Amino acid sequence: MLEILGLLLQGFAIVFEPQNLLLIIGGCALGLFIGAMPGLGSVNGVAILLPLTFLVPPTGAIIFLAAIYYGAMYGGAISSIMLGIPGASTAVATTFDGRPLAKQGMADKALIGAAVASFVGGTISVLLFTFFAPPLAHVALVFGAPEEFALMMLAFATFVGLGGDDIFKTLFSICIGLVLSAVGFDIISGEPRLVLWDITGFLHGVNFLVLAIGIYGIGEMLWTVEEHALGGGKSMLSDATVSVKRTVAALKELVVTWKSTVLGSLLGYFVGILPAAGATPGSLMAYGLAKQISKEPDKFGNGAIEGVCAPEAANNAASTGSMLPMLTLGIPGSPTTAILLGGMVIWGLEPGPRLFVDHSEFVWGLIASLYAANLFTLLINIAFIPVFIKVLKTPFTILAPIIFTLCLIGGYAPTQDLHDVWLMIVFGIVGYLMRKLDYPLAPAVLAIVLGPLAEPALRQSLIISDGEFSIFFTRAYAGPIMVIAIILLFLPLFKIIFDKLRKPSTAEQ
Amino acid sequence: MTVRTAELLMALLMGAFSIYLMVKSAELPIGWIDEEGPGGGTWPFWLATIMLLSCGGILFNWFRKHGSIATSTRTYIEAHVLGDVAAVAGSLIITVALFSFIGIYGALPLFLIFYLRFLGKHSWSLTATLTVLIPVVIFYFFEITLKIILPKGITEPLFIPLYKIFF
Repeated sequence: MLEILGLLLQGFAIVFEPQNLLLIIGGCALGLFIGAMPGLGSVNGVAILLPLTFLVPPTGAIIFLAAIYYGAMYGGAISSIMLGIPGASTAVATTFDGRPLAKQGMADKALIGAAVASFVGGTISVLLFTFFAPPLAHVALVFGAPEEFALMMLAFATFVGLGGDDIFKTLFSICIGLVLSAVGFDIISGEPRLVLWDITGFLHGVNFLVLAIGIYGIGEMLWTVEEHALGGGKSMLSDATVSVKRTVAALKELVVTWKSTVLGSLLGYFVGILPAAGATPGSLMAYGLAKQISKEPDKFGNGAIEGVCAPEAANNAASTGSMLPMLTLGIPGSPTTAILLGGMVIWGLEPGPRLFVDHSEFVWGLIASLYAANLFTLLINIAFIPVFIKVLKTPFTILAPIIFTLCLIGGYAPTQDLHDVWLMIVFGIVGYLMRKLDYPLAPAVLAIVLGPLAEPALRQSLIISDGEFSIFFTRAYAGPIMVIAIILLFLPLFKIIFDKLRKPSTAEQ
Repeated sequence: MTVRTAELLMALLMGAFSIYLMVKSAELPIGWIDEEGPGGGTWPFWLATIMLLSCGGILFNWFRKHGSIATSTRTYIEAHVLGDVAAVAGSLIITVALFSFIGIYGALPLFLIFYLRFLGKHSWSLTATLTVLIPVVIFYFFEITLKIILPKGITEPLFIPLYKIFF
């Protein structure tokens, strides 16, 4: 306990270095902006801006990106409330009551409620994180190759079992991500492998950023172009009058929401840890829970402030929750943390439990930065609400070419090969076409990041066991993890059988 | 084209791609090698096999008309959307193609003018401001600060005096 506090203090010392402090404030503001723009969420921001972080050391880079992640979770609420369009998918639940409040002329109350709830959610989850992460990392220190592989299987299995998308499309997405990560060279024999159509550009592999920017940059923007064409560009911006007096009055009213905010935070945190779940289902579940425990459930949907606070607390808590498996086990809890994990590899850090031992200043700097980012985002958010509302009026046709420019250069920067820019465009267009057919794409991004770690783990395990797959079931930690993974993989099948069995019996009645 | 037709075409295309990946993986040993463990092609080979089986599953659902996508008779991409999406995607492709010839500082302004003025219908003054400002910021940030040299094509000689100033 004391040791943790000591390490946390060291982390704060890193955070309060002027450069890092600036990075946090800049990241929070940028994240708020990205989150507030409809169509752009934390994952898009982090994917597009990761190449910019080559400028600073790894600790500064992750602090900056984590601040963007955090800020985007706050910012999503702004357009949910003001426009009725979720600024990011994580803020969908916020529209249910945030929009009615805005229409009733209480946009400021909803915005302040969202900001304060985000702060509470963030703080509770960072506290949980601080005290959960070190023991978990400590347990994970004994993990060998079989445990690592079992964990990755578990991460993928959550997408199949809990993701809610078409099973075949989910499996396809996972496998294509893993195969793309195998392009380049065979790590053990050193032979060229999967040099597609004998194009030499594939010899250096498919960088995860090329896929991530392709899908979350180019593909997402094409998707937004489509939405704008359909929406006809009508502006439905509400007005918000923000004054110190009204802010204080709104803060006083928030006291009644403490229960749904705290429950939303806890729920969001634990849902966030699961790779397939994350902030969007977490916030929707928190909304449902808040409605259930409310004394006036009829108010929900017509402007209940609890309906804004609970999901906003949950999505911020989930973003912290998703960092827990990323830092302790090397398994990302969300697409955004998958990109952060990929970034860690680029910066020369090896993800996994040894991070806490070998790079403790990196880990604790990041954890401490979450406390700071939380506070700064709250302050920036409340102080600049009018500015963010103005930002929402920025026409999409100005923002889009700037984002496309960043994508093109972001795809080029890591390898400085035009081949990768072409590949990114192909991923973007194909990803857009697949998304229109409900192919989930987040599993592919997670897979391309985990692929280079999963394959050696599998091969080493099999070499240890001389080709016996039983090694994944007979070890103390790997066994249970693998069994849970397999249950999750077959969960959809159990559901089908269960439904079939139940149908005849209900028909008889 | 309806969503249902698009679903079929995508599954067939991805199925074919999976087979190609299987064949390509099999260029390396896909079996067990003594003392070495699984061959270099094993991992991608079996993954590509799962991809192929998944495509089979998608096709199976298509044939028995199961699920909202497989039964949808909506248009896959509406005509008025197709124009916008194609204009954006096409301009990106042309921009990247131009990178090798007239360089990023030749192609990017053209892209910005096209997007801002012709797609966005913004004023010439705003278009001109952003067309000048964005490449300058990009040059300063990426080339000077990060030392990532962006493609210049035939415009390369023009930058030599600039490099002399900064490096």
